[in-house]
Amino acid sequence: MELIWRGIIEAVHMILSADREVLQITWLTLQVCLFSTLISTILGVPVGMLLTFKSFPGKKAVLLLSHAGMGLPPVVAGLWVTMFLWRSGPLGEWQWLFTTNAIVLAQIVVSLPILISLSYSSFKKIDKGTRLQLKALAPTKIQTLLLYLKQAQFGLWAAVMAGLGRVLAEVGAAMMVGGNLQGQTRILTTAMVMEVSRGNFEIALALSFILMTIALALTFVLLRLQQKEASV
Amino acid sequence: MKQVSKCMMGMLALTVLAGCANSEENASGESDDIGGQMILATTTSTYDSGLLDELVPVFEEETGTDVKIISVGSGQALAMGENGEADVLLVHAPAQEEVLEEEGAVINRHRVMHNDFVILGPEDDPANINSLPVDEALSSIAEDNHSFYSRGDDSGTHFKELDLWESAQIEPEFEAYEETGQGMGDTLRITAEKDGYTLSDRGTFLYLKDVLDPLSILVDGDQSLENIYHVMQVNPDLSDQINAEAGEAFVSFFVRDDTQSIIKNYGIDEWGEPLFFPHLID
Repeated sequence: MELIWRGIIEAVHMILSADREVLQITWLTLQVCLFSTLISTILGVPVGMLLTFKSFPGKKAVLLLSHAGMGLPPVVAGLWVTMFLWRSGPLGEWQWLFTTNAIVLAQIVVSLPILISLSYSSFKKIDKGTRLQLKALAPTKIQTLLLYLKQAQFGLWAAVMAGLGRVLAEVGAAMMVGGNLQGQTRILTTAMVMEVSRGNFEIALALSFILMTIALALTFVLLRLQQKEASV
Repeated sequence: MKQVSKCMMGMLALTVLAGCANSEENASGESDDIGGQMILATTTSTYDSGLLDELVPVFEEETGTDVKIISVGSGQALAMGENGEADVLLVHAPAQEEVLEEEGAVINRHRVMHNDFVILGPEDDPANINSLPVDEALSSIAEDNHSFYSRGDDSGTHFKELDLWESAQIEPEFEAYEETGQGMGDTLRITAEKDGYTLSDRGTFLYLKDVLDPLSILVDGDQSLENIYHVMQVNPDLSDQINAEAGEAFVSFFVRDDTQSIIKNYGIDEWGEPLFFPHLID
């Protein structure tokens, strides 16, 4: 119990004293996680749409893979991304291993299936009658798609929240592909693992409070957006 | 086709990000004699002890190279070297290093420093190994089936531990012998928590001593417990991406007198004794 108090005090102290390293780690975590969620959303929502409204060969396989992928352990994603990014690997030329790009890439791999599967569910929920109505309302294909987006947005926001939650929580992949390099690829979760192994439980606890605060704040914003848009 | 163009878009966006990151780095580095990035694969013990935090910034300043320190077990560090995935290695598994040197995977190898391994156990020492010779201490632990926590991760410390069992002519297969499969810090914490025995390098133990309450040094000082570190370059022929110039510069940097004296003095202020002993100066 005392440890928890000390952790809270340490966290407040770290934030108030604007500890440069902690601020840098927090900022980097935000950048990396928001960016990877953004890319996953940009890629995942159209794919979810495609799966709902179009039929094409291999559709069932894509559905299965994206749904199974929601449970893909981050270390597995990390391992594969690492192997691709090795100097001897197919993407070795990019020199991305142990950079933030590698973390973003790994986080996309773990969050994309969530975005695809959950946006598929959201689009699927639009019932047939509404669909026909929307088609009648919109003269062009693009307008139809935009109306679908609007109809499905409640679920889509939930998909974004789930994806973001996943990348914020993820540590195995970021550790493997990023290397937890001080000032370069150290994010909140990897820093916590390191501090625990060094026996600095208070610092780890303090970092965990910062991470949870960020998660809470971001979810709050997204939830507001979801409720606001949905009530229109 | 649609899929491909989507992928391309994603990659494009990522490349833009990469571009931003790079330009930031360039702006902050002033001297650029060698430049580029260099991957230093090293052991958890050198990294956790904080020694590299002291040395690497000096090297980065001198050469304008962006050093990425990857701290893993010596086994993994050597494997990275063997595959050309690192540029320079700082490890403590001499027998395994020699194999790579013979294969030609590493070159320009130099002994740079040492410290020692210690056998740790609970203060009340149920196996009664305090100040015993290494062989006898190990056989006492094995015979009475006391908990012993091995790294079990192909690290330099793990290799050393296996050597010690072998020279004591004991198969470490007794029931209470367990492998943690984790780094030194975690293994020490598990050992402390479970009142067991373990082998550690002195540096990491001193560094973590405060949080490892009941553990104390029971056996040390034996010749066989010497912990020798070598620095070496990865053979540039292994990959066209190896920063050979930086690797060579790092080896020269490590054997230089002023670097060696930083090693010599490191840790005295904080722990009252040095964590590493340089090999090339007295």
